[in-house]
Amino acid sequence: MNRRELLAALGTAPVATAALRAEEAAPQKPAPRQWAEIPPRESIRKRYFPNLPLLTHEGKEVRFYDDLVKDKMVLFNFMYATCTGICPTVMLNLARVRKILGDRVGRDIFLYSFTLKPQEDTLPVLAEYAEKHGLKPGWLLLTGKPDDIELLRHNLGFYDSNPELDRDTSNHIGIVRYGNEPLMRWGACPGMSTPEWIAKSILWVDWPPGQRAG
Amino acid sequence: MTFISRINRRREREAALAAKNRRELVAAGFTRRDLARMGLLTSAGYLVGVRGLSAWGGWSNGGYGSGWDGGSSHWNHCSYNCPQSPPTTPFSQPLFLMPVKQPVASLTPTPSIAPNTLGGEGRTRAHQAYTQFPPQLYYQSVLQPAQVSVHPELPLQSLWTFDGTFPGPTYQARYGQPILVRRVNNLPSNNGGFGLPSVSTHLHNGHTPSESDGFPCDFFEIGHFYDQHYPNVLPGFSSNYPPSGDIHEALSTLWYHDHRVDHTTENTYKGLAGFHLLFNQYDTGDETTGFRLPSGPYDVPMLLADRVFDQDTGLLTLDLMNTDGVLGDKFLVNGGIQPFFQVKRRRYRLRWLNSGPSRFYQLFLTNPSNFSQQIPFWQISNDGNLLPRPLQVTSTTLGVAERADVIVDFSQFPAGTSIVLENRLEQTNGKGPTGNVLAAGQGDYLLRFDVLPDAVTDASAAPTTSTQYYTLPTTTDTPRVTRTLKFSRRNGQWTINDKIFNCDSPAFRVKRNTAEKWILQNDSRDWQHPIHIHFEEFQILNTNSGYSGGSWGGGGGSAPTGVNVARKDVVRLKEGDQITLFFRFRDFVGRYALHCHNVVHEDHAMMLRWDIDDVGDTNSYP
Repeated sequence: MNRRELLAALGTAPVATAALRAEEAAPQKPAPRQWAEIPPRESIRKRYFPNLPLLTHEGKEVRFYDDLVKDKMVLFNFMYATCTGICPTVMLNLARVRKILGDRVGRDIFLYSFTLKPQEDTLPVLAEYAEKHGLKPGWLLLTGKPDDIELLRHNLGFYDSNPELDRDTSNHIGIVRYGNEPLMRWGACPGMSTPEWIAKSILWVDWPPGQRAG
Repeated sequence: MTFISRINRRREREAALAAKNRRELVAAGFTRRDLARMGLLTSAGYLVGVRGLSAWGGWSNGGYGSGWDGGSSHWNHCSYNCPQSPPTTPFSQPLFLMPVKQPVASLTPTPSIAPNTLGGEGRTRAHQAYTQFPPQLYYQSVLQPAQVSVHPELPLQSLWTFDGTFPGPTYQARYGQPILVRRVNNLPSNNGGFGLPSVSTHLHNGHTPSESDGFPCDFFEIGHFYDQHYPNVLPGFSSNYPPSGDIHEALSTLWYHDHRVDHTTENTYKGLAGFHLLFNQYDTGDETTGFRLPSGPYDVPMLLADRVFDQDTGLLTLDLMNTDGVLGDKFLVNGGIQPFFQVKRRRYRLRWLNSGPSRFYQLFLTNPSNFSQQIPFWQISNDGNLLPRPLQVTSTTLGVAERADVIVDFSQFPAGTSIVLENRLEQTNGKGPTGNVLAAGQGDYLLRFDVLPDAVTDASAAPTTSTQYYTLPTTTDTPRVTRTLKFSRRNGQWTINDKIFNCDSPAFRVKRNTAEKWILQNDSRDWQHPIHIHFEEFQILNTNSGYSGGSWGGGGGSAPTGVNVARKDVVRLKEGDQITLFFRFRDFVGRYALHCHNVVHEDHAMMLRWDIDDVGDTNSYP
């Protein structure tokens, strides 16, 4: 779409009007629509999971969809290193969730904690945080370009639709989003819930017995 | 007609153009800053609703006509995650009338009091009232996928259904005739985009033993079944009204729906809902007897729902990451988008149910040829429970899961008249309505009634002559305990009295056969909640903001008035509301739920488990 087309879209160029006039003279009965056939998994990927470049706390560059989400069971939350509100509780919960889920974490279940403050949470800060919290393989702290993180935050539903509340980081959304990407099963639970409940929740979207992909 | 068609064509064209333009903007890599510079993004970060960019094409509810076909404007104010369904021609299909569910001769394996775990039953607790109320009729209800048409201009939809239809078949049960419904989970493991094939079917408003209630955490998996025993007995049979219960607490319009914890939105959105009606010696199902309510083909359940369909595939779509509440731009009645319903010139009992997921309605009858005409009708129930007497109203308000039975007399209209069922309550996001009531013709058109010329008899009683249905039970008993429940939101997580939901232990325990008062407080900012309490109905004693008549807000008095002087199972909590409810908890024991019935809030843990036992507690702030 170029500038001229954009202006047309805004209704300031005459070309759009002319096209519409022609439409008005068309016969009454609209032709049956041809519907696109898009696999639902593809629609979900397009809508929510852009393949953005991100950095792990280990300094590794990864792609959000290809490397972190595709074919996996995942758990998302948002945090930042200096957060003293709900983050410590939620992160401690996730550490226990990791323990409950055992060796499946890192194999077919992955925990991802995104920083809300990519400019503050530099790699050394995240690495130190990971060290201090004893993060084990299968659980990554993630950062990226501020605009990319912001896009992910919105796509994954970690925003408050009240803009005033949304600007207040101390009020940031404390839910944990869980899902099974290939099975298109998604849910959420409070990050302040018990670790047992969070672990149980993610296992609700597990593969049926005998069908596990991991 | 030509004019309407032109407008429709133009709007369709503009909506498609808008969608294309938006896709191209994204594909071309325009940043937010670019958009803001071009004036296309507001300071709050929303795409402005310019024609050609908004998928609404600057018009409205995707595919409505204008003028008498229903020109809505308020969807232009949609602020975020705005629905963008393909256009559909309104009133181009008849209203679907659900079949009446028929019993079966027997079930295999034979139902048992203890859970038949080895036989594949998902139930975990024994039936507590089976011997006392042995089932007289058996039903088999299969949860299964089905290809369903919602509109002739959209492709067939892969829904999840009870017994193959959306809504599921209508149960017509009778007091004094206990039944058993076997739910069989034949859902596929491939959900087609959303839905969890793990289910718990709740009978909404039922005076049901806990193990058959459809408690959210009593879910069961593919290949399993779950027997639900409905005693169909009046409350109080074991306490204040032995031996058969209080006739004044008879229920009429119930519904059944999936209640899977954390996943109710997707499963009900996908089609798992239907009506369950209860009749007795007064509400007989025969308009020549009892209260003589319009019956048979003139007693019509209408399940209201709003949905979004994908612009490109035409298929039902759900925002999986939404936390506010999901609004649809397509309005379905009994599973069809904007159907028409041919009516005879006589009285009808219409049973309106707001099946969600998140929208509030204020329903009016609109004459599209004369918007200034007020069309009164008679509301005879609130939440499906008959009022003390019919009340004449010009509108009624329904939060999610609320029901209203109304009597509309179509003999007041000449043959050939068309009347539209219109929602005029403005709502621009999933959190709750704005409170504005739109002008007639500016709201959402749900269904069109077309008045037929046929001669017809009407044996039903005129509402003006029906002076008394049931008497409201007294609310003057001293409650054993008054409990306060404060609903708050902290870091995007719902809390009740600052606690987070957990299925595994009750927040409090009610002593069986006692009365309690519960004070519900909405402490969450700019959110509204239709709160549903399982098992026992309540009466609203007082509110701080007024809960009056059929209109949103309004009034300022402390006691409810009009149709809200009633037995209810859902109460709408506006922001800042404090509402006191009176209950009697009788007959059965076990776990029950209290939750917000905006199912998106419910799925984000806006719920609480409470139990009934023979000890109880007196925790006033559980």
